Amino acid sequence: MSTATPEAWPREHYLNAGWSIRSWLLTTDHKRIGWLYTVSITAFFFLGGFAALLIRLELMTPPGDLMSAEFYNEMFSIHGIVMVWFFLIPSIPNTLGNFLLPLMLGARDLAFPRLNLLSWYIYTVGGLFTIAAVILGGVDTGWTFYTPYSSMFSNSAVMAAVAGVFIVGFSSIATGINFIVTTHKMRAPGLTWFRLPLFVWANYATSLIFVLATPVLGITLVLIALERALGIGIFDPALGGDPLLFQHLFWFYSHPAVYIMILPAFGVVSEIITCFARKRIFGYTGMVVAIMAITLFGFVVWGHHMFVSGQSIYAGILFSFFTMLVAVPSAIKTFNWTATLYKGRISFTAPMIYGLSFLGLFTIGGLTGVILAALAVDIHVHDTYFVVAHFHYIMVGGAVTAYLGGLHFWWPKLTGRMYSEIWARIAALALFIGFNLTFFPQFLLGYAGMPRRYHAYPEDFQILHAMSSLGAGVLAIGYLLPLVYLGWSMLRGPHAGSNPWDARGLEWRTSSPPPKHNFLETPRVDEPAYHYE
Amino acid sequence: MSDAEPAEQFDDLDQQKHANLMGMWLFLATELLLFGGLFASFGVFRIMHPETFGEAASHLSVSLGVANTVILFTSGLTTKLADEAVEAGRRGLGLALLLGTIALGLAFLVIKGFEWHHEYEIGLMPVLGLPFEYPGADPRNARLFFNFYYAMTGLHAAHMLIGLGLLSIIALLLYRWRDPPKIARQVRISGLYWAFVDVIWVFVFTFLYLLRSG
Amino acid sequence: MEDWLIDLRQGLYLLPEAVSDYASRVDALYLGLVIVSGVLTVALVVLVVGLGWRYRASSPIDRTDPRTERIDRIIEVTWASTLLAVFLGLFVWASMLYFEPYRGSTDAMTVNVIGKQWMWKAQHPDGTREINTLHVPVGETVRLRMTSQDVIHSFYLPSLRLKRDVLPERYTDAWFTADQTGEHWLFCAEYCGTDHSRMRGKIVVMEPSAYDDWLTRTGGGPSPVAQGRELFQSYGCSGCHVGDARVRAPSLAGIYGRTVPLAKGGTITADEGYLRDSIVQPQKHVVAGYEPVMPSYAGQISEDEILQIVAYIQSLEPGDWEAGGPVGNNVNETPR
Repeated sequence: MSTATPEAWPREHYLNAGWSIRSWLLTTDHKRIGWLYTVSITAFFFLGGFAALLIRLELMTPPGDLMSAEFYNEMFSIHGIVMVWFFLIPSIPNTLGNFLLPLMLGARDLAFPRLNLLSWYIYTVGGLFTIAAVILGGVDTGWTFYTPYSSMFSNSAVMAAVAGVFIVGFSSIATGINFIVTTHKMRAPGLTWFRLPLFVWANYATSLIFVLATPVLGITLVLIALERALGIGIFDPALGGDPLLFQHLFWFYSHPAVYIMILPAFGVVSEIITCFARKRIFGYTGMVVAIMAITLFGFVVWGHHMFVSGQSIYAGILFSFFTMLVAVPSAIKTFNWTATLYKGRISFTAPMIYGLSFLGLFTIGGLTGVILAALAVDIHVHDTYFVVAHFHYIMVGGAVTAYLGGLHFWWPKLTGRMYSEIWARIAALALFIGFNLTFFPQFLLGYAGMPRRYHAYPEDFQILHAMSSLGAGVLAIGYLLPLVYLGWSMLRGPHAGSNPWDARGLEWRTSSPPPKHNFLETPRVDEPAYHYE
Repeated sequence: MSDAEPAEQFDDLDQQKHANLMGMWLFLATELLLFGGLFASFGVFRIMHPETFGEAASHLSVSLGVANTVILFTSGLTTKLADEAVEAGRRGLGLALLLGTIALGLAFLVIKGFEWHHEYEIGLMPVLGLPFEYPGADPRNARLFFNFYYAMTGLHAAHMLIGLGLLSIIALLLYRWRDPPKIARQVRISGLYWAFVDVIWVFVFTFLYLLRSG
Repeated sequence: MEDWLIDLRQGLYLLPEAVSDYASRVDALYLGLVIVSGVLTVALVVLVVGLGWRYRASSPIDRTDPRTERIDRIIEVTWASTLLAVFLGLFVWASMLYFEPYRGSTDAMTVNVIGKQWMWKAQHPDGTREINTLHVPVGETVRLRMTSQDVIHSFYLPSLRLKRDVLPERYTDAWFTADQTGEHWLFCAEYCGTDHSRMRGKIVVMEPSAYDDWLTRTGGGPSPVAQGRELFQSYGCSGCHVGDARVRAPSLAGIYGRTVPLAKGGTITADEGYLRDSIVQPQKHVVAGYEPVMPSYAGQISEDEILQIVAYIQSLEPGDWEAGGPVGNNVNETPR
């Protein structure tokens, strides 16, 4: 794919602007902070993945024989807390988003570079603190911290874990504010709102959710802490409080949080598919409207986590209705990506394989979401493996696949080097196959009635559980491989040139790796996004 | 950064100023939502137990609440005046007004502390397992009211403390008077935060003190 | 090490039996949803693979594209509105079914269920108690009146496609009518602490005659109504609520299901939740015309006992107390 004339390495770029540890830890360069985030989230990802592996090992056999029930419960709590709060939420926005947003806008940096660095410190310190609390304090509440179990019954360091998650929330808020202000105030000349790449739109929408939803989670966690520390009983039914209120507040944040994970993935996939189909995106305006519609409707569907919780059945019907509505913009997006392929010039590079995998996995995840929104079916499959499979298809099949796709797509820009294409394709395929092997059986388990968060289970379910565990092994290979060949590329990969994919977008108009202030002169934009034909 | 040059990521000072203000407004929006979650929860219970909450509210001291409201409004005024004084380059006046604001903020906290102490003495502090001797009809739900009372006023007081810390730093910068235009921006931004704390208090005061029965 | 070998004779367990009419209809809905999802997924795969092959970079195919933005828009909107119509159809179908297990007659045979870490306790109308099993007669509509003693649990019967969270300090109900005999799983579906996965048992659907036999064999003790009647006296409720006691309290005969005027204005329907609240939080809903003098029984009375008193009050007909005092004249009447 690389361009015909080999391009020389840029003499000065952000990576050789300083070699000391200090030049990294005190940097305000958004590109370096993107790397700091990448290191942190990768570490958290493998920690959470290790917990998942232990869970799958335990579930190979029906009796709880490998580990104690307490340990198992702590493992799925670690897995959930780490993956949701410390990996998925910051994954794309804080790594690729951090790196690319100013580049795509033609800006020299984010609006508040020091705030950006601060947000990484808050995130990393808060994350490590939480993990210490969860591991040393034996937190066993799951990532959802449902009351009254978390507030009155769990005999573990819930206080500390909740405090940690609360602190990390500020890093989300800081990132959100930074992205919104940057998008509003710092676009290059000629870069109007409707010329923005969809990746920017997606991160902008994500930032809105960061800013609007995180504080509500914050106050909810504060109230849990007050309940444990001071005996204030706002969620405690024994004191007149209401545990359902906790669920409402929690999901008011945590449902939009799912869109925090998936919207940036939409952005990544839009960039990849247009580039490797060499085609403008089908229905750009529709895509933007869909992103904003999802953001908006994402705030009114939280009650679909509570169809069997005891909330009013009429509320259930209303939330089911909104959930059906929110499925439509997602369907529009899926359709438009597919239609973009029409009359394209398609090459199946590794990022494209990730992108198309995303398309398939996200579709299955989305459609099973519709199945879950169907009230009577949800009564049966709520809190079973069907739900587990559904949200893994969205969060892992969707968000993580897109993250890896994006990492490969922009890797030449991040490092200035190419990676081994063949190994990358193998990894992408291993991921697709391993993922489906792991999680498809879980749909079947769910409808068969297997409840989630079970340390031991009836023998009826063993075959499907075993299939799922074996799939997890393949999946692990799909995740470990990139660590090796990307690590190799970082040291020895051939130089990529400024635009190895011949892609559009401002980030490709500067050298790879880019100079410290991104552009030698401020670029000017005079064409719409994805001007491929 | 000095008067002439914006930070390196900005094209000009104007862009920088607008970006900074927008950032602060967004931050305040998140703060509003933080309290919003609490207010919404309070609203739910207020509607569920209108009598009990109304009656429980009548055990709070409106006169102290009013006093605190007046104090906070006055402090809002002094920050605004301090902002204008600094803008006009009048360092001494600005410093005096800012210190006045800090003094008023401290007065607020002293009165609040006095109020809490009084409630503790008459057994209306149902936290940390302290006895709750509520004289009214429905102590169980009144307890919930007082839980909200301490959560809301406590969270507000925490924001007051942050605001006072911020203003103290600004006062120090003002005393040193190194880069007047930059100080003017900082006074503007922190004044915005202080105004926000005032506004939140108005909501807290209305919900807790004024929605009473009888 | 035999545990590690999968017993293939077990076979793939994909579908729990459907032992009620409702369960079969949920399966039908599910099948409908799976077909719609399957068609869409297959269509997507075919499109992606097909287009990917047809327009692969090395193919010399003609790529001139006469489409305009307007045509794109029309295609997009048509697709979105078709899909919306399909989704809304599914929504209506699913919502109609949703009412069924969550709304039923309170006259149905009521089994009291209490969840606690980590077991299910059930009490039948005749007083028989059991733990982690639930025996029910086939063909009869059963109503579960559920509450929790500690954290949130969820009562899950896969074969009946039925699940409902069980909350502390609150009653939730569920209705079902099993139409085949047999034994099926009972699970706790809401994570509730260490031994959550051990909080499971069986539901046993029996022929009515076998059920009656089972009741006589295991049956013990008085019915919840009779127990409630005794508790009503031993806790001193009858002292105020019955006859011309010195302290005036509302009569409870026939109160269940009636609309009660409240002192603070407005009315409330006297359902189980209201009766329960009136025992543990008597000040919450004071009846119009009465003083708020009743003390709270919170902390002095167990969830079992509250359920029994509620069952007793529920069994009272208007005028019962005039006829025979608090003991009533319906001692031997089968409870509802």
